[in-house]
Amino acid sequence: MAEIGFIPKDRLRDFLETVNKTIPVYVPCCEGDVVLFRRYAVDNVLCLDRPAHTPPKTIIFPQSECLFTFRFEKDPHDPKKTTIQLAEPEEPSEAIIFAARPCDAKGFTIYDRVYIDTDMPDPYYKKRREKTTIVTMVCPSPSPGCFCTAVGGSPANREGADVMMTELENGYVLESLTEKGKALLLYQYVEDGQAFREAAEAKQLEVKNLVHAPFQKEGVYNISKTIFNSDEFWETEIDKCISCGACTYLCPTCYCFNITDEHAITRGERLRNWDACMFFHFTLEASGHNPRPTKYQRFKNRVGHKFLYYPEKYDGVIACCGCGRCIRHCPVSVDIREIVAHLQSSTSDVSNTSEKEKKGD
Amino acid sequence: MNLEGLREIVSQVLPDVHVFIGYAQGFDPLHATPLFVRTPEDINKLIWNPLCVHNLTTYLPFQKKKVGIVVKGCDSRTIIQFMQEGLIDREKIVIVGLPCRGVISVTKVLKAINYEQINSLTCEGETSVTVITSHGEHRFSIEDVAPDKCKTCQYPTPLVYDYLADDPITSDKPPDAVYKDIHEFEQKPLEERWEYWKKELDRCIRCYACRNACPLCVCQDSCIAETRDPHWITQKLTIQEKFMFHMIHSLHLAGRCVECGECERVCPMGIPVSTMKKKINAEIKKLFNYVPGTQPGEKPPMYIFNVEEKNIEEHKL
Repeated sequence: MAEIGFIPKDRLRDFLETVNKTIPVYVPCCEGDVVLFRRYAVDNVLCLDRPAHTPPKTIIFPQSECLFTFRFEKDPHDPKKTTIQLAEPEEPSEAIIFAARPCDAKGFTIYDRVYIDTDMPDPYYKKRREKTTIVTMVCPSPSPGCFCTAVGGSPANREGADVMMTELENGYVLESLTEKGKALLLYQYVEDGQAFREAAEAKQLEVKNLVHAPFQKEGVYNISKTIFNSDEFWETEIDKCISCGACTYLCPTCYCFNITDEHAITRGERLRNWDACMFFHFTLEASGHNPRPTKYQRFKNRVGHKFLYYPEKYDGVIACCGCGRCIRHCPVSVDIREIVAHLQSSTSDVSNTSEKEKKGD
Repeated sequence: MNLEGLREIVSQVLPDVHVFIGYAQGFDPLHATPLFVRTPEDINKLIWNPLCVHNLTTYLPFQKKKVGIVVKGCDSRTIIQFMQEGLIDREKIVIVGLPCRGVISVTKVLKAINYEQINSLTCEGETSVTVITSHGEHRFSIEDVAPDKCKTCQYPTPLVYDYLADDPITSDKPPDAVYKDIHEFEQKPLEERWEYWKKELDRCIRCYACRNACPLCVCQDSCIAETRDPHWITQKLTIQEKFMFHMIHSLHLAGRCVECGECERVCPMGIPVSTMKKKINAEIKKLFNYVPGTQPGEKPPMYIFNVEEKNIEEHKL
């Protein structure tokens, strides 16, 4: 049975302030016209009414992360002899992600299958994930381009969250969903929320019908492999893509990374950075060969990874949470919903458009 | 805003080109999206209104076959710059010019409607838009929600075209206003400007949308920001690396940037990156009295070397 707490609106900052004294709290804040997750501070402007531009993924899976540092040392008596010293980075601290959207939290469950629930868990991700408490907020209204209901989510989805928060007129109802979540409800300023349970449930039900689903989840399984594997399809479908990394870097479910050694003379560090399948260097091999030299092949990978390969590997789970960031923030408004819908249409559509497109270049 | 005229021109041009690049309605009432017209049916999807914000010429250097394209006045400067730099074959491009009185800034409209959910949007000719949201109706004059570049636009009519879809327009904006914002910003103390850029660039996520949307960023897959060999810039996400990338981007555009503002428009983090490029252009104007993308016959100043430069004194010291 979930435990229920309540924070009156005028106590929210007091609550965050108190928690932040013991555990770093990350909250969505306005910076100019942009909303970002920032460490809580008295002077930051909270923004809970629209989703953040960036998902909170960077708190658990940083864009750039030091795996270890290294240092070469020469033996002063025999300079030919070199030893290497390795040092691990500091242990990550506990953290609280506050007021993420349910789609953001679902994103972490996509990573968990790959980075934790395997024979070879990723220690860096695992540590942060275990030390982070995620508080989601029931999505009050859809944003341009969002489609969580089409990929198995909903504005009140509970997956991946430790506490789910529902905004009512006078305050926030907090339901703990895990042990970590229960601990958060013990902080000062959290009142008993039993009296608000029904109102919160009603709100959750209400918002569920607000998001438009461009395709039914079952439809995703009808992706035609003939269309998917046709070069012509991709060459006409994403002509307009400019091959930047905005969609991938803003995506709560993209988890590809690259590792580089960044060093100068005798010391350096091994870094893990996000990578994006939109970039030419993504699959560039040391030999100079690139199996995906064009943006078409790379975009195919992006869609394929989310809607075909991942579901095939993980019991039909789609590796997309429907947050709509890749659509909203795309420089040229590429719409992944439209592409997935086209992948389900009849093969005759493809041959029509491809006739003129058959190019020898 | 002569949409019928435009569609008619495109019908004439289409049989002669591999593809025609124009605009279509995007995923919601506020967004247009680039459209690659291949069939006569596609022509009906073409739109032309203040939502058509993109500079489509960014696709031109990659087209190997003959293509048609629509350009606004600002976009047309890119084509001239491409011609000067030998980046396109003019013979293989059919240009349809669109005289333009200004476009909208999606960011400004969203802010003005307080991020309410948009139900519909209507453009009243070229001068205003009405947005119906979940909370009511908002009406804006284009001037109020236009990107800054439109407010000082000197070239509302394309400078190069094969067809013109409407009557030409003359700019009523004073030419000395173009770099007013830059000069004002420069008046601020160095410390303040430094703090400003640190704060702004801190948001950069190195997604390179600014670079890829920029029609004149032509290094493409060999960009210094990503090459592993040589490894010029580390992949670390520090403010130094972000600065480095944006400075290089700006310097590579010295005397080449046509100020279309795409770098800033596409930035998902809302960083005013075009300010840096405008600053360099203001210097180029001062030193060489040169405005990029306006004189097809001239060579860009960074492409030539003169022993005696009229406005550069340093070497005489």
